[in-house]
Amino acid sequence: MKIGAPKESAAGEARVAMTPQSAKDLQKLGYECLIEEGAGEAAGFGDAAYQEAGVTIVSGSAIWDDADVVAKVRPPTDDEAMKLSEGQTLISFFYPAANEALMETAKSRGANVIAMDMVPRISRAQKMDALSSMANIAGYRAVIEAGNNFGRFFTGQVTAAGKVPPAKVLVVGAGVAGLAAIGTATSLGAITLAFDVRPEVAEQIESMGAEFVFLEFNEEQTDGAATGGYAAPSSPEFREAQLAKFRELAPDVDIVITTALIPNRDAPVLWTKDMVEMMKPGSVIVDLAAERGGNCELTVADEKIVTDNGVTIVGYTDFPSRMATQSSLLYSTNIRHMMTDLTPEKDGQVVHDMEDDVIRGATVTHAGEITYPPPPPKVQAIAAQPKAAPKELTAEEKRAQEVLAFKKETRNQVGLLAIGAAAILAVGLVAPASFMQHFIVFVLSVFVGFQVIWNVSHSLHTPLMAVTNAISSIIILGALMQVGSSSWLIMILAALGILMAAVNIFGGFLVTRRMLAMFQKS
Amino acid sequence: MDFGFTTAAYVVAAVLFIFSLGGLSGQESAKRAVWYGIVGMAIAVVATLIGPGAGLWPLSIILIAIGAVVGYQLATKVEMTQMPELVAIMHSLVGLAAVFVGCSADMTIGMVDAAKAAGEGVEGVFAELVAKKTPIEITILQVELVLGIWIGAVTFTGSVIAYGKLSGRVDSAATQLPGGHLLNAAAAILSVLLLMMYLGGSGSWTLVLMTLAALFIGYHLIMGIGGADMPVVVSMLNSYSGWAAAAIGFSLGNDLLIVVGALVGSSGAILSYIMCKAMNRSFISVILGGFGGAKGDQMAVEGEQIAIDADGVAAALAEADSVIIVPGYGMAVAQAQQSVSELTRKMRAAGKEVRFAIHPVAGRLPGLMNVLLAEAKVPYDIVLEMDEINEDFPETDVVIVIGSNDIVNPAAQDDPNSPIAGMPVLEVWKAKQVFVSKRGQGTGYSGIENPLFYKENTRMFYGDAKASVDSLLPKLD
Repeated sequence: MKIGAPKESAAGEARVAMTPQSAKDLQKLGYECLIEEGAGEAAGFGDAAYQEAGVTIVSGSAIWDDADVVAKVRPPTDDEAMKLSEGQTLISFFYPAANEALMETAKSRGANVIAMDMVPRISRAQKMDALSSMANIAGYRAVIEAGNNFGRFFTGQVTAAGKVPPAKVLVVGAGVAGLAAIGTATSLGAITLAFDVRPEVAEQIESMGAEFVFLEFNEEQTDGAATGGYAAPSSPEFREAQLAKFRELAPDVDIVITTALIPNRDAPVLWTKDMVEMMKPGSVIVDLAAERGGNCELTVADEKIVTDNGVTIVGYTDFPSRMATQSSLLYSTNIRHMMTDLTPEKDGQVVHDMEDDVIRGATVTHAGEITYPPPPPKVQAIAAQPKAAPKELTAEEKRAQEVLAFKKETRNQVGLLAIGAAAILAVGLVAPASFMQHFIVFVLSVFVGFQVIWNVSHSLHTPLMAVTNAISSIIILGALMQVGSSSWLIMILAALGILMAAVNIFGGFLVTRRMLAMFQKS
Repeated sequence: MDFGFTTAAYVVAAVLFIFSLGGLSGQESAKRAVWYGIVGMAIAVVATLIGPGAGLWPLSIILIAIGAVVGYQLATKVEMTQMPELVAIMHSLVGLAAVFVGCSADMTIGMVDAAKAAGEGVEGVFAELVAKKTPIEITILQVELVLGIWIGAVTFTGSVIAYGKLSGRVDSAATQLPGGHLLNAAAAILSVLLLMMYLGGSGSWTLVLMTLAALFIGYHLIMGIGGADMPVVVSMLNSYSGWAAAAIGFSLGNDLLIVVGALVGSSGAILSYIMCKAMNRSFISVILGGFGGAKGDQMAVEGEQIAIDADGVAAALAEADSVIIVPGYGMAVAQAQQSVSELTRKMRAAGKEVRFAIHPVAGRLPGLMNVLLAEAKVPYDIVLEMDEINEDFPETDVVIVIGSNDIVNPAAQDDPNSPIAGMPVLEVWKAKQVFVSKRGQGTGYSGIENPLFYKENTRMFYGDAKASVDSLLPKLD
């Protein structure tokens, strides 16, 4: 089958869904690769590089006619959607919740659409999670963009020309983009603070080297696990507490990077006008949520504005596209992994397995039907819910349990004693007295042995074995007593017995001493 | 002849042996305890040489001296990682000695009978003792002898096979001849029949045949037990060698043999019990060999094993505040304990909290990991048992699993169909990050898939354990 990537039609979109590298891997899966003339130009991949990788260059809209699988970055335009044909597979970002008309078109054209933004968040699917790989780039780029518009160093320095204070960066929302921004900002040397409504990410924030902005608030927080790892809307009271905290921080921070998004909703406004007014001149706000209305009240999507008090607000919505080479490389790898899952036999034939959690989850139209929204994945995202704590026992219940345990133990002990005593009595009835004398010694020794050995600490079990091994060569006494026999055969057997037991005595004790000498306290 | 002095010396020796075992309850008192054992043994041997064993004592002393030289060589040359093998092979010596002593006792009985029939007197302590016995006492004596020989023979071949398996000279997989345990049962029944015939006076050939049957049982029983169960086997054989000594003690009428045999026997039995409990398996199922059959499909393992290189591990270690190391047999095989110790020293010097978590069945011998770590000069107060440390994993930054597999397998808790379901395991997956040092992607000794390797917070650090840890060391400076 043929897989093709058209040139992105959206203005300013520099990314491309296939790179020479990913084309090579796709060919290994058995596909023939096509690319529209000049599609990779803006991302730094010339047609020549594609040709070298064995990709056929086609011009104009031929790609929509020839390819069985079309890989794209942005959702198709209406024109493009009309070019889809029966049985063709389209893989791209699709945002099905916002693009119902588009979904209808794809359905009516009979195409199968796989939305890269719908790949479920389970471990197996991480390698095709394009949202995460793009968010990672956006987070990085947001810091670079902020640095570009910020007049000072990130890192603090003491130079001969004067002391430079470090920049203070606040990251709001610690998803993939937020964490990437935290990592970039800290590695540039800035003091980084971060906030998120999900308390469980505090640890991740700290692991990236930022300080978690702790909010004193007593309310049951929904943790991210219930919503597939995404944030859920918060209550009005919580929002107020959060805004109060931000107001407190606003005069201090130099750079604010907001990344707060809630699935299928407008971005929450977290950085209000008055906060912007409180900030120092020269400060920078980068709003990664600009496309969904922005976390900052003053954000203008796709533009960079400077407020009256000299605060720059960056509202670009195309951060990944601004790093087109990197994002194309990652996105095309995500696509390639998706194709690997779609081609179980590696024979260049797409098998659209609707039983597979990942493929089912990402598919929005299939065989002339709309399959969005998908059923919840069988494998729970993130961690399973913690088990319910064991029920606290009341004092009476505890007491009753103790009594029961005590009674049981007594019963066991008495039972064992009775059986043991009966057995010994039975032996005594038949055995002669001379045997019973030794038998008593034997039983007592077993008893002493049991009492003593239970106290041996686990770490000394190997020495214990070496010691018991050494002293079990007490069998030497038997051999010693017989070696003086008048029979040659007996003497030889006894002599061999002595020899072997002696080896054991010395070997056993010496090894034990060696082992014990090694145990030492720090 | 009366040996009041010898009996008194035996009492002292017996008390010393009990102290010797009891003293093993702590590392410090253990050092004293060994000396109790040594002195006890010396008293017992000297008292016997002066008393009932006085005949031909120069030969005895020469033989003991030769034994001392060989034993010294063995004990000083052995690598600590080969301890399990050494202990196993030494058990076989005790077993064989018991067989010899038993056989010679049988011959003495024959001699005494012949002498009585001829109306002559007999020489030797044991012979005199036998001469005084009534017929029913002789029968009991013979039963005891047979027990001693039989257990001794099983111990002998069993220990040799265990040695072979532990040292890799014999394939460690559980293999049995066609017929399986029926063969063992047949050999055991044959032994009982032969015992009847022996008691009926059929002569010494029955004893020889019975010994052969016992040798076969020992061989076949241990061949049928997989390598992973060797800790239990070794302690079980330890127990057998004790019971053999006790049985011989009965027949020789020697109380010290009985006492020590019983001590050793019960100690081995308890150790086996503790091992089995740690693996959540019944003693019977271990003895019958192999893992009990799984009752259903095992849970499929999702995800993939993600590899990491030394730089990644070193970076994570540099960041971590608390580290727990979980060593297993792989560490012993790779002789990595010195490197691990060096790693520990460096991390401790950097102010990190480093501890070791030891599972009861880690390694091929109970407590083997403790010995290896001690040899490498890891302080024993940071080496903790499973129960002491299992609660601490969630607060731990990094766990390094070196060459262990089943003892950190979450399937034991999550998957009721897993062959090791219900076995207590170290909950390493609860830590923030887990590094598994492992030679390759295989399932290891027991052949059970380990979901730990596929967890999101697990990174696989492939390679020989020693080479892997060594590659970390320079990166931690």
